[in-house]
Amino acid sequence: MKRRQFLKAGIVGGVLLAAGGGWVVWRDVRDADAGFLQHDRVAAILGAVAPVLLAGALPADPVSRDSAIATVITGVKAVIAGFPPAVRDEVNELFRLLDIRIARRLLTGVANDWRDADPVDVDAFLERWRRSRIALLQSGYFALHDLVLGAWYANESAWPALQYPGPPNVE
Amino acid sequence: MVRDPIQEGMARGWRVIDAATLERGQTIESDVCIVGTGAGGGVTAEILARAGLKVVLVEEGPLMSSRDFHMKEADAYPQLYQESASRKTRDKAINILQGRCVGGSTTVNWTSSFRTPERTLAHWRDQHALAGFSVEALQPWFEQMESRLSVAPWDIPPNRNNALLAIGTERLGIASAAIRRNVKGCWNIGYCGMGCPTNAKQSMLVTTIPAALDEGATLLVNAQAVRFIRAGAAQSGSMQLEVIARPGSTAFESRPTHRIVARHFVVAGGAIGSPALLLRSQAPDPHSMLGRRTFLHPTIISAALMSDPVAAHAGAPQTVYSDHFLDSLPIDGPMGFKLEAPPLHPVIFATTMSGYGAQHASLMREFNNTHVLLALLRDGFNADSTGGRVMLRDDGSPVLDYPLNDFVFDGVRRAYLAMAEIQFAAGAKHVSPIHEQAAMYKSWQAARQAIGELALKPLSTRVVSAHVMGGCAMSNDPRNGVVNVHGRHHQWPEVSVLDGSLFPTSIGANPQLSIYAIVACLATRLASELTGKNAPAAI
Repeated sequence: MKRRQFLKAGIVGGVLLAAGGGWVVWRDVRDADAGFLQHDRVAAILGAVAPVLLAGALPADPVSRDSAIATVITGVKAVIAGFPPAVRDEVNELFRLLDIRIARRLLTGVANDWRDADPVDVDAFLERWRRSRIALLQSGYFALHDLVLGAWYANESAWPALQYPGPPNVE
Repeated sequence: MVRDPIQEGMARGWRVIDAATLERGQTIESDVCIVGTGAGGGVTAEILARAGLKVVLVEEGPLMSSRDFHMKEADAYPQLYQESASRKTRDKAINILQGRCVGGSTTVNWTSSFRTPERTLAHWRDQHALAGFSVEALQPWFEQMESRLSVAPWDIPPNRNNALLAIGTERLGIASAAIRRNVKGCWNIGYCGMGCPTNAKQSMLVTTIPAALDEGATLLVNAQAVRFIRAGAAQSGSMQLEVIARPGSTAFESRPTHRIVARHFVVAGGAIGSPALLLRSQAPDPHSMLGRRTFLHPTIISAALMSDPVAAHAGAPQTVYSDHFLDSLPIDGPMGFKLEAPPLHPVIFATTMSGYGAQHASLMREFNNTHVLLALLRDGFNADSTGGRVMLRDDGSPVLDYPLNDFVFDGVRRAYLAMAEIQFAAGAKHVSPIHEQAAMYKSWQAARQAIGELALKPLSTRVVSAHVMGGCAMSNDPRNGVVNVHGRHHQWPEVSVLDGSLFPTSIGANPQLSIYAIVACLATRLASELTGKNAPAAI
């Protein structure tokens, strides 16, 4: 991403984040009946982000790969559900922000809806947030990094690649 | 089959109440109520219960035991740690590992046992008016707790991850030494951080808490201490503690409030939980000391790729340390640091290593050949190191604001350099400090140059902590402390703080043994004050 674009995204992002509370409230009202999680936008976002964060780690054949991504999504949701309410709210706020179309475009640069997101766009987004000078964006990257990588490597099918034998038997 | 002392105790008739199962609000009466079952609460419970006092313990986390400890990160972190082991400081720049279960952090720590360094105590006497805290005065308390918790030298050779610290420092002419451990019949497995599956670790879970329960103490689990209130007319009635089931622990939608009525309350919720409880209670704080000067030993990480397997997941996790970079600096000068090695397991390794995608995947494939060092920065001894501040979120839950300043980053840079040099001396092929902009360096010269130029900022610099200290500092001068040198609250004499939040600085070593010994001393004194028996303790 060029510097000018970065600055633009940064400035617009700051304004949008300042206004973000309002957006979220508005969305909450709009979605009150449907319920945020029923849209399963978290799954859509993770479905776009996880394959990029885990490139080189996921199995190659498409069926195992899809099932691995499903495992990661389930794992991330379980971790979020286990957080205390204040932390859970913060993480959900990140996903809600990413789900706002204009926020997605301006803050992440991802053109298409998460379901059809181009992995090249997603990679650029992660790299930009990772190196962002805006603490909120950088910490958003770390949240996705830790949630997704943690969920994958928590599961035993990820361990052979690490030559990690798993816990010993103490019976 | 491993014996399960918790299951055996329950069969003997221990009084354990799960707050998550209480449909209606209860009132529990006791002589003393202890909030927290970690290093501070556990030691206090045994001493007070043995003195004949009726004790009730309040623990936010669950009661789990060896039969539940399956050594899997996916289970252990959400079950046994605060915020699923991803508790963060306010700006998200420091990840804090803290236990949240019966036994607190002692259930999940890595067993490293150090007495409070002599230089730390000297600084407390000189700068914090803690005249009684001499090596001589504390010695019997260290001896008592070392004997109680089987703290002893570890005779089995260190695992490769720790041996490399000994090798690298030796080749550079830097002193290292062996870490003592609080274990009995340890199997040398390496899963201390997920709860000891063999009950070898002499945590509070298998020592002091069972002893207190055998003396008739009551343990209330999955129970959050909300706040202290005064019964009756404002500020005149007796003190009570309001307790509710921890969110997520219970199926009941409306969680009833329970009350604990006691003559005396001991706050031992750890150095984030203890100040938070007093803040929620709006405890008097005329000099604005509460929650201030909270210390973390901010810890940074250096990873090294070795030619041969390291298997840092296997074997006793911490057995070698070096204090060279603490001892070679004035304690109140630039930040010194203690060097240790951590255990590695897939989740903690994957989330700690920076980057993602193909680059991260290739680091992960080297998991078994990776050697890691930690540098624990000694905070709280210099005017530029005032630590953090515990604050409350809107829902009353605590968050620690700990700004990382240039003084800390100066220490970070020196520590990155020291670790890289040691790792290359130990034979590393590549070394990388865990920092978003760092690369894998192929030589000490390349690493030295790159680390010298690295932009050190919060978030980009991976900082972690497993040692939270301070926030309810002890001092006989109410202007400088929340509690007096005996742990009594200055304005609320029916409340004592007895845990790591008492410390006026960090310890400069893994703090568990400091908490055990100092709390043993103060709790013994409290027991004699509450029972009217025996002479007060030495400090």
